Amino acid sequence: MSATNTTQSNDQASRTILLDKVTKHYPGQLKPAVDGLMLEIPAGKIVMLVGPSGCGKTTTLKMINRLIEPTSGRIMLGDEDVTDLDGDKLRRRMGYVIQAGGLFPHMTVAANIAIVPKMLGWSKDAISKRIDELLDLVSLDPALYRDRYPKELSGGQQQRVGVARALAAEPPVLLMDEPFGAVDPITRQRLQDELIRIQEEVQKTIVFVTHDFDEAVKLGDLIVIFGEDGQIVQYDSPERILAQPANDFVADFIGAGAGLKQLTLARVRDVQLADPVTASPGEKGADVLARVQQTNHDYVVITDGRGRPISWLSRRQLSRLDTIDKSKNPDLPLVAEGSTLNDALDAMLASRLGAALVTNRSKALVGMITFDIVMKSINQLRADVQTADDESPVGTNTGSPEVSEVPND
Amino acid sequence: MALLSFVIDRSDQIWFASWQHLSLVVQSLTLAVALSLILAFLVYNSQKLSAVANGLSAVGLTIPSFALIGLLIAPLGFGVTPSMVVVTFFAVLPILRNAVVGLSGVDKAIVESARGIGIGRIRTMLTIELPLAWPVILTGVRISAQMTMGIAAVTAYVLGPGLGSFIFSGLSRLGGANSLEAVVVGVVGVILLAFILDLFLVGIGRLTISRGIRVSN
Repeated sequence: MSATNTTQSNDQASRTILLDKVTKHYPGQLKPAVDGLMLEIPAGKIVMLVGPSGCGKTTTLKMINRLIEPTSGRIMLGDEDVTDLDGDKLRRRMGYVIQAGGLFPHMTVAANIAIVPKMLGWSKDAISKRIDELLDLVSLDPALYRDRYPKELSGGQQQRVGVARALAAEPPVLLMDEPFGAVDPITRQRLQDELIRIQEEVQKTIVFVTHDFDEAVKLGDLIVIFGEDGQIVQYDSPERILAQPANDFVADFIGAGAGLKQLTLARVRDVQLADPVTASPGEKGADVLARVQQTNHDYVVITDGRGRPISWLSRRQLSRLDTIDKSKNPDLPLVAEGSTLNDALDAMLASRLGAALVTNRSKALVGMITFDIVMKSINQLRADVQTADDESPVGTNTGSPEVSEVPND
Repeated sequence: MALLSFVIDRSDQIWFASWQHLSLVVQSLTLAVALSLILAFLVYNSQKLSAVANGLSAVGLTIPSFALIGLLIAPLGFGVTPSMVVVTFFAVLPILRNAVVGLSGVDKAIVESARGIGIGRIRTMLTIELPLAWPVILTGVRISAQMTMGIAAVTAYVLGPGLGSFIFSGLSRLGGANSLEAVVVGVVGVILLAFILDLFLVGIGRLTISRGIRVSN
């Protein structure tokens, strides 16, 4: 999967980022935007920086690749001190994605992706191969999209190309500055799911700035919550932040429905599903009814030849059928294995049976999820958080919140 | 009829003058593009400097070309040098204005994303900002080309090259033999040259403006 290239160092492995007492003081401002920030971002994790606007989250992100030069402090990438490295060279080793992808409109998709590898001196063949690989990774057909210009793509597609471009030279680190802020909610959700899938493949250290707490909960392995004055208020896993907000500010920021938000943290594949009774078209209605009664179920799932559910019949419906037909019910409450419990609950509420069918990638039935199952897993989640060891990484401000006044010029 | 025979009799002279005229304008224009781009890149990041540049180009355009060229006789004498200086001066003004507007119009997010993936400052200017501002800059070049065609004719006053000599000599002995013909040849020649140069610049636009930012496909 990795591009073979002579000029690549073994830089591709994800690396820990450490901000060591980093301060950014803009000239003419009384208070530093970021004050004595001590932040460890573990290798291979997605760390979300969230907070109200003006809280220094974007400044923090931009100091990692030194688009903004810190006033003081050190930045470590793995064991390497990159504080004094040439900024451009450093940035070529860190993917950078901004809102709407930041694509160059006068270059084709392929040319956009090729920029960093070209600057790093990759061979033409390696670059071309890498472009196809990346477009595949972000689910765009290379044959169709290579030679298109950004304006010929939808917002979501541009964003995907933006991610592909950031990953082009296999950087160990990916920095994302509110990348999904400008797309519609449906596309945003899709892009988020895509990012989770891509991260499973590439395992980069990702720092992601957002003002959307729900996005942070969905994507983050860890979340840094900044307060209004640029101080870190809490740095922990989404589970623990939801279960034990550090203070009122965090609780306010989480907003209502922390319990519901916890449902977005667990996936359907992680819970013990129920086994529904199944039958195939062509079977005798009476036979199936007998089987349903025997197992003490009320419903039966009819699946086609490939195990895909086509309808979901009650005892009464069964009793009226002579043989089971192939008719397909388009309104079945289906959820994918990768869906969150929140999605599953949503599907269950919409279904009159108070349960939903779970399918795998090839749409075949793998089980059934019910309210009881969801309740049980919520309780489990709570218990897990209470007993979990305190393993959260370092994240504090050493600078004093009260700052001495700086003469205004 | 008299015009036709005038043109036929002096076709060598007319061709030569036309060629000289075109050459003066194209060379000055090329120089002006280079100068304007350098100036624009120096000022476009600062609002103050951009305003100064725009103000100067607006004021500059109000200077009568005839007066300026007369003033240049003392320091620069007669011939090609003062002609070149005047034509280049006026050519710079619209290009500079459009270059400043074009470069400041480039989406700051795109520039930041260029810097963010490690493209150096100079390289960002040349490979990102310049191509994106290019359609606006090229429009300035076309305006300059039209305008300086006329100004180049005035340079005949300092014995500069080009079709202006036909106009000046015709006007100075208006009523005399072939005087009107000389003026008409000069004026029509300038118009034709301007038209040809504009076509050429449109062609350059076709070749140099990326399909990704062209307004119509």
